[in-house]
Amino acid sequence: MGCIENLKYEMILPLGASFRECREYVEKNFAEVWYVDPGYRIFDEYIIGLPPIALGLDGGKIVFPYTKPCHGTYLLRIEDADEADRVRKTARKKK
Amino acid sequence: MTTEEPAGHDIKNAILLLGCPEVPVQMAIALYMAHNLQKRGTVVLATGNPSVLNLLKVSDPEKHYIPKMLVLETCIEEVVKKKRDCDLCVVFAHNDAAIQYAATMGYLLPKSRLVVIAFGRTPEVVVETITFPCEKIVDKAVHNPMQLKRKINEAFGWAASRT
Repeated sequence: MGCIENLKYEMILPLGASFRECREYVEKNFAEVWYVDPGYRIFDEYIIGLPPIALGLDGGKIVFPYTKPCHGTYLLRIEDADEADRVRKTARKKK
Repeated sequence: MTTEEPAGHDIKNAILLLGCPEVPVQMAIALYMAHNLQKRGTVVLATGNPSVLNLLKVSDPEKHYIPKMLVLETCIEEVVKKKRDCDLCVVFAHNDAAIQYAATMGYLLPKSRLVVIAFGRTPEVVVETITFPCEKIVDKAVHNPMQLKRKINEAFGWAASRT
């Protein structure tokens, strides 16, 4: 999984979840939801997927979809307060 | 059978975005498309994960069909940074992940012709999730590429060929 593999991450949804399921999970389960477009960079990776792409924030934790050709979409949670703040400054907040 | 080609093949460059290589027809169709595009003057770039690129390198060791290859992450990065674009982007899709890559390319390259080739055991399920503008070529193809080849010929206006 590129450099994300080297980070301490939690897998929120099991493998095999669709991109749509990942988006719905984020929108239903997080009070703070932000949206980005494909190509948005997070943890040095470009986010892939149908726009708008939902990210969940919980304090310094970021929940985001991470898509790979063979494995599908992972919904990952990584704690990084600086990156969470950057999302708050650069993404669009759910109204 | 006609051997005439329609006038106005104006595809200067194309990106073939390959998905997970577990379905055999993908490799055959990718090489077939690259061959047909190249002989009409299109510069073809193939992108995919390292496994799929290694399959292409072994299948086409002298790069007759696909002279340029790029790892998928690098290709996406170049497109995001507007260092790369194309007239035609063909995305090979047999799973949800490939559809997300197609959506990404459609968003990042809004002026390009986007074609999704859906195949595998359940291509109709794969294309159901497409909610963005693109052309779709769909066939339940796993091992036999012939029907898919015929549909591609029709979509691109390529004369029937025995090659």
